[in-house]
Amino acid sequence: MNLPVLKAADFASDQDVRWCPGCGDYSILAQMKKVLPTLGVPREKIVFISGIGCSSRFPYYMNTYGMHSIHGRAPTFATGLKATRPDLMVWVITGDGDALSIGGNHFIHALRRNVDVNIVLFNNRIYGLTKGQYSPTSGEGQVTKSTPMGSIDHPLNPLSVALAAEATFVARSIDAHVKHLEATLKRAAEHKGTSLVEVYQNCNVFNDGAMSYAQDRTQRPENTIELEHGKPLIFGKDRDKGIRMVGNRLEIVRTADVPADDLLIHDEKTLDPTQHFMLSRMRHPEFPEPIGVFRDVQGIATYDDQINDQVAAARDAKGTGDLQQLFNSGDTWEVA
Amino acid sequence: METSPESSNSPVEHVSGITVRLAGDSGDGMQLLGTQLTNTSALAGNDVATFPDFPAEIRAPRGTRAGVSGFQVQFAAEEIFTPGDTLDCLVVMNPAALVTNLADLRKGGILVVNEDGFNEKEFKLAKIDKNPLEDEVLESSYRIVKVSMTKLTREAVSELGLSVKIADRCKNFFAMGLVYWLFGRSLEPTLRFIQDKFGKKPDVAQANESALRAGWAFGETTEAFGVSYRVEAAELEPGTYKNVMGNQALAWGLLAAAHRSGKELFYGTYPITPASDILHELTKYKNFGVRTFQAEDEIAAVGATIGAAFGGTMAVTASSGPGIALKAEAMGLGMMVELPMVVINVQRGGPSTGLPTKTEQSDLLQAMFGRNGESPLPILAPQSPGDCFDVVQEAWRLAVECMTPVMVLSDGYIANGSEPWKIPDVASMDPIVVHHPDAPGDADEPFLPYMRDENLARPWAIPGTDGLMHRIGGLEKEDGTGNVSYDPANHQHMTDTRAQKVALVAERIPEQEVFGETEGEVLVVSWGGTYGACHTAVSRCQRAGLTVSHAHVRYLNPLPRNLGDLLKSFKTVLVPELNTGQLRMLLRHQYLVDCIGINKVQGKPFTVTELVEAIRDQACIGKDCTVVDQKLKIRVG
Ligand SMILES: Cc1ncc(C[n+]2csc(CCOP(=O)(O)OP(=O)(O)O)c2C)c(N)n1
Ligand code: SF4
Ligand SMILES: [Mg+2]
Repeated sequence: MNLPVLKAADFASDQDVRWCPGCGDYSILAQMKKVLPTLGVPREKIVFISGIGCSSRFPYYMNTYGMHSIHGRAPTFATGLKATRPDLMVWVITGDGDALSIGGNHFIHALRRNVDVNIVLFNNRIYGLTKGQYSPTSGEGQVTKSTPMGSIDHPLNPLSVALAAEATFVARSIDAHVKHLEATLKRAAEHKGTSLVEVYQNCNVFNDGAMSYAQDRTQRPENTIELEHGKPLIFGKDRDKGIRMVGNRLEIVRTADVPADDLLIHDEKTLDPTQHFMLSRMRHPEFPEPIGVFRDVQGIATYDDQINDQVAAARDAKGTGDLQQLFNSGDTWEVA
Repeated sequence: METSPESSNSPVEHVSGITVRLAGDSGDGMQLLGTQLTNTSALAGNDVATFPDFPAEIRAPRGTRAGVSGFQVQFAAEEIFTPGDTLDCLVVMNPAALVTNLADLRKGGILVVNEDGFNEKEFKLAKIDKNPLEDEVLESSYRIVKVSMTKLTREAVSELGLSVKIADRCKNFFAMGLVYWLFGRSLEPTLRFIQDKFGKKPDVAQANESALRAGWAFGETTEAFGVSYRVEAAELEPGTYKNVMGNQALAWGLLAAAHRSGKELFYGTYPITPASDILHELTKYKNFGVRTFQAEDEIAAVGATIGAAFGGTMAVTASSGPGIALKAEAMGLGMMVELPMVVINVQRGGPSTGLPTKTEQSDLLQAMFGRNGESPLPILAPQSPGDCFDVVQEAWRLAVECMTPVMVLSDGYIANGSEPWKIPDVASMDPIVVHHPDAPGDADEPFLPYMRDENLARPWAIPGTDGLMHRIGGLEKEDGTGNVSYDPANHQHMTDTRAQKVALVAERIPEQEVFGETEGEVLVVSWGGTYGACHTAVSRCQRAGLTVSHAHVRYLNPLPRNLGDLLKSFKTVLVPELNTGQLRMLLRHQYLVDCIGINKVQGKPFTVTELVEAIRDQACIGKDCTVVDQKLKIRVG
């Protein structure tokens, strides 16, 4: 079949985008519109499902099918849809509050079931829509509207949680790092099984610059490290620093000081999530924060495939169900 | 010895119906015994009605009163609607079962006791200080038959060389054999059951069979009972029947609804008593295209259900009160996005965790109003186990016609109860017509996802359809386009439209039927699982000369279009409910008719007797009811 060639603009709905000027959400929307035409999936086969939050307005702006659901529960709608309509490409759009506070339960269960949906978690480390309360990813001591003396919660690390649930695809990108974001979204789309992409997203109204160490072009090289499968972990403006494993912990070394094969080689394909987990624990400012694909393991059965395989297997074994036969089965009696 | 009713030599007495309760410790297998007796009686052509009653704990402390599990069944040669009030026969396996059940046995009734279960240890567990069997009142009030069941069972299976523990597990089959002898039941169906269930363990199968036959032989050879009883086949409508439990009929009704609408069924749920059996039943039917999803909680269950509905599947979720409370927010979304689905509440005793294994009707107002904002939904309630089959199909029909979630209120009593069910002819079932719009011919014409038809239903356009891409969600929608709208007049219009849509359902449901006169003195209005008791009570009152009618409401929202006029045609309206007056509140509110409640929240169904008395008290105000009372006396008790 010859699919019409679509452009990014074909994915824009007729609705005005209503995020604050300067919000990081714009960039994510733009990169998504760039990625979708490259996937060869017709628009009507794509569904965006979101929860509630600034980020969750996303589906309204896409000229695809969409559902703006309820707070925290988007993965559940996506699971029911994908399980019954495996022909569709389903995206879940969620925020840090949406996915990790109210929706924490559904988040881990979607990941462990490995439903073939792509979850994009817009992490601005704040509740945007409700006007600036701290979120589960806000830092300790962070002063927000609801924490005037500083937050006393220990923040949650979404990627560590996802890896603990043995998610099959885990990645991180940054709103302002557009090329990287585009490539990461594409990788997520191509993965079969649940894909999670955490995107550092600036809320310039309520948490401006919270992640500028990674978003700012000039600071990024020192504070992040781009993961590439099969390549050593090297970072820095001059690519003069690397990561190596000593015993069971990671440390920063100068590349000049160690033999090249001392550096940790990234392996996103290994089934054992231990090393991916260690990478997820690398936090600014002690470490550069890894971006890119932490984990992309193949060949693990998806929930949607299995639920449909069981139907097919049952039909093979017993034949397609016959209601009359079922009703007449077992003990019956006649009344004349 | 031959063990069949035909081979029996003992005297036989014919009766029109029998109510038996089998009671023992939770581990004694009373539910199995009861189910077998029910099936066998149904196969013999009796009308049957059952009431299983068991503790919430899986292994409640052995021997205690809290651990008593009971199964009551009435089988009759005439049409019956309840499992009976007072017992003709009570079988007890231990002292706790005796003391907790004896009050329901009628004077002169048969009391069968497993004597071996009566010893000091058991008295202590049941918290009684002396052997109740030594009470002289017992001997004078009932026909008591003491049987050494444990010992006789051990003897019966001794040749098989089983451990004592395994041998003792067969004693419910001994009791069953004895009960079968007493009521002239064939052993064949249960022998088949034993083969099916234990065939893979031949020694266990053999032991159960031996115990069953030994129980029968005991009845035949001892003189303990004197006579045995026979109940002839009932005159039911011609057809092929089988015995169904409520949750099973409900599951089958969902299969039928899917079949009639040419859909595959998605069932999202989270385990909860007494709804879990629907999941257990449906998950067997994957070859019918059924996909069951055991979610992480009830919110996920309803979320997945809405997701599946969006994709064009027949989607259903079920729970009980606590789970329905969790689903409330998403049900509001389901109403707002106007997608068809069925939400089932198998009600149990509330509030909070309440009485998980007991019945109640206290979630009607939750179904009506238990969501934020103005969010009306159609509500239906089955009246008996077999009626679950019809009601869920009707719920799906309305869901599709109106594009809305529809609620079904079953309850623990119907869910676990069973009755003969006339097997329908699948080929002659009407289709439930579902329409999904195709890609528009004219691409310039914008698709309006909230355009409405004569039922005020919007189109069910499903993902995958070219040209119909649209976004739905919980924010208020603009009429027609479905775009987000904060416009005040639009919100008013949409709120009114959603209410109107549900109100219009009244045009497409049957008028309220009445049993008895359609105007006059007293009208009893009931709903849900109390049908059988109310119907039986009203007909008894009618036969005693009272002018009482009965309207059993299966459509609770909207109410049938003639119901208001009907209520106004009676001097007195009585509303019996297993709650503190929920339907009564709705009727008063909607029709400004005074209604008098007959209410009970004890985790138990109504007895016919208590309803008869309550109806009589109201109907006899200011009247001389001497004759009526005489007639009622004869029939009551
Ligand atoms: C059940 C429920 N509780 C609370 C809210 C209010 N609420 C809406 S969005 C939100 C937090 C959103 O934060 P996040 O997920 O981080 O999204 P952001 O706005 O930052 O993109 C809250 C608390 C709601 N809509 N529903
Ligand atoms: S409040 Fe923050 S997250 Fe929300 S739209 Fe504005 S900038 Fe973006
Ligand atoms: Mg946020």
